[in-house]
Amino acid sequence: MTEPLLRVRDLKTYFVTEQGSGTARAVDGVSFEVQPGETLGIVGESGCGKTVTSLSILRLIPEPPGHIRPGSVIEFEGRNLLTLEPRELRAIRGNQIAMIFQEPMTSLNPVFTVGDQIAEAAIVHQGLSRRVARTRAIDMLRLVGIADPEERVDHYPHQMSGGMRQRVMIGMALVCHPKLLIADEPTTALDVTIQAQILELLDRLQAELGMAVMLITHDLGVVAGSADRVAVMYAGQVVEQAPTAALFARPLHPYTEGLLASVPRLDAPPAREHGRLHSIPGQVPAATAWPDGCRFHPRCPYAWERCRAEMPPLLDAGGEGEPGTHTVRCWLLTEPRRRTPHP
Amino acid sequence: MSVWTWLTLGGAAVLALAVVAELRRRLQTSAPGRRFFRHPTAALGLFVLAFFVTIALAAPVVAPYPPYYQIDIGHPNRPPSAQFLLGTDPFSRDVWSRLVYGARVSLGIGTLAMLVAATVGTAVGAVSGYFRRWVDATLMRLVDVGLAMPRIFVLLMAVALWEHIALWALVLLIGLTGWFGTSRLVRAEVLSLREREFVAAARALGAGAGRVIFRHVLPNAAAPIIVSGALGIGNMMLLEAGLSFLGLGVPSPAPSWGNMIADGWHKMAVAWWSSTFPGLAISLVVMALNAVGDALRDALDPRREAA
Ligand SMILES: Nc1ncnc2c1ncn2[C@@H]1O[C@H](COP(=O)(O)OP(=O)(O)OP(=O)(O)O)[C@@H](O)[C@H]1O
Ligand SMILES: [Mg+2]
Repeated sequence: MTEPLLRVRDLKTYFVTEQGSGTARAVDGVSFEVQPGETLGIVGESGCGKTVTSLSILRLIPEPPGHIRPGSVIEFEGRNLLTLEPRELRAIRGNQIAMIFQEPMTSLNPVFTVGDQIAEAAIVHQGLSRRVARTRAIDMLRLVGIADPEERVDHYPHQMSGGMRQRVMIGMALVCHPKLLIADEPTTALDVTIQAQILELLDRLQAELGMAVMLITHDLGVVAGSADRVAVMYAGQVVEQAPTAALFARPLHPYTEGLLASVPRLDAPPAREHGRLHSIPGQVPAATAWPDGCRFHPRCPYAWERCRAEMPPLLDAGGEGEPGTHTVRCWLLTEPRRRTPHP
Repeated sequence: MSVWTWLTLGGAAVLALAVVAELRRRLQTSAPGRRFFRHPTAALGLFVLAFFVTIALAAPVVAPYPPYYQIDIGHPNRPPSAQFLLGTDPFSRDVWSRLVYGARVSLGIGTLAMLVAATVGTAVGAVSGYFRRWVDATLMRLVDVGLAMPRIFVLLMAVALWEHIALWALVLLIGLTGWFGTSRLVRAEVLSLREREFVAAARALGAGAGRVIFRHVLPNAAAPIIVSGALGIGNMMLLEAGLSFLGLGVPSPAPSWGNMIADGWHKMAVAWWSSTFPGLAISLVVMALNAVGDALRDALDPRREAA
């Protein structure tokens, strides 16, 4: 294995809320790696800490109320981002690591043309003149597949559709050819056909520019097509991590199982229970009050005493590849015979 | 002489009307422009402002006499007539001419002082709202102190310490004691704008604090700053008039509307015109500024987009 591009180890990002409801442990001990050029999918329900993880990597967590706990490590090309000076950090943001935000409607500045916004990173990092930057913006618009780039460059965000704005966001993120692109639910706010186009575009650009992508989504269907590896998050933790094919073929964590069962599949009849689509019962608990023991146990069909008492570590699930390729945070790995649902 | 006076007066009015009409025609195409002119008094206010700005700019053409010229020392306090449009004052100077030149001083001081106040207020508010924590706490305590100070008293004291106050110093004094409200307003705007996603997006691109504040946050806060500025000019003008009336502002014989009122004050019973007309001018301009400010508020408020 080569040296990873990004290594996140034991990342803990907490929010101290003022209303006295306590500390929200939004991200609580997350570890993963991203290799150069690969796509890592990060999947999980709303509120499990995906956005907070990606904001932590760029050190964009609002402080207060948030803070990254000491002991967390975020290494990019061997440098710990958590100890960098603000100036060094700014030189990495948008240049080496770029991010696409969840909401294309609100992530663009309403008072500037899309051309100005695309050019911004190039002006900040490469000191381009406005004229050169404008040409670059037009090139980027063309690259992300927007028709009439010479005209569109002078348009304002409100003159564009959601899909086009997301393309603009991608253009903004990629002007400086970053090595890592963090795409936080880039397609959630878009309708299905546009979603497919945007994912295709990301795939193509990744191949052309040779960058690594962290593709964050709550939709396993999205990662199935694009990701090399998948990390499944639940309640601020990674609960299962595996190469995409292995995860789909042999999901080991009950939460992953549940997620997979709730994806409508074309190749198999939908798993129906009592006449409706299978979904995981219950909801993600609040980040201020994670359950003791395994955080999934209140929703888990297999849970027993140990799950309520003790938090499982990430266990190696074996399978193909080196040790550590497929890891699962579940006690079932130690007692596989319990994998029969309660009556 | 008097024909020329009427001609220039009419000319200024026509020019002001033309400006308002042209603005209206151009702005009708945009939603904010339509909202602005839907305000019943907006066009009228704009007209009054355009009129006074015109005569101020064209003062040497419009004014029949030089502002200091004492026409006939033996016969002061002449009533308004064909020759002296608004009469003459106790020093036998033409009130209309002084009103025209006074517009330069009064409007100029009001506008410049507002620019000073808006600049300082915006800078302090932006820094406070963007950096929060101890920066915010410190600056806002300062603002609290500023707002608690009796402003006219502070100004009187400062002005009284000077023998002959220069106009630029007066502008600075009025401006530097008038930015507290603006800074509160801007801070509140910035506090909410800094949480918007496009600000996070800009920071994710590697933009530094200065770039984020000036390029991403403040342009989005322009509307409330402009509105408060428009409303603030009137306040500044009233303050200047008050100080000048007390003999502490613009020194005589330079005409300002405030010291014109003062000059005519003690002859009010026999020559009402020399105080009344400058007073009327101030009232008109302040009301016009308020009308335009209110209309701007409605026009620039994006929440009214649907209306
Ligand atoms: N600024 C904040 N202040 C307090 N709590 C926060 C803040 N930002 C996030 N959180 C908490 O962190 C938790 C995780 O939020 P996060 O936005 O990472 O979820 P997510 O996985 O991205 O969900 P979604 O799919 O809805 O985007 C939430 O429970 C939220 O309450
Ligand atoms: Mg999110």
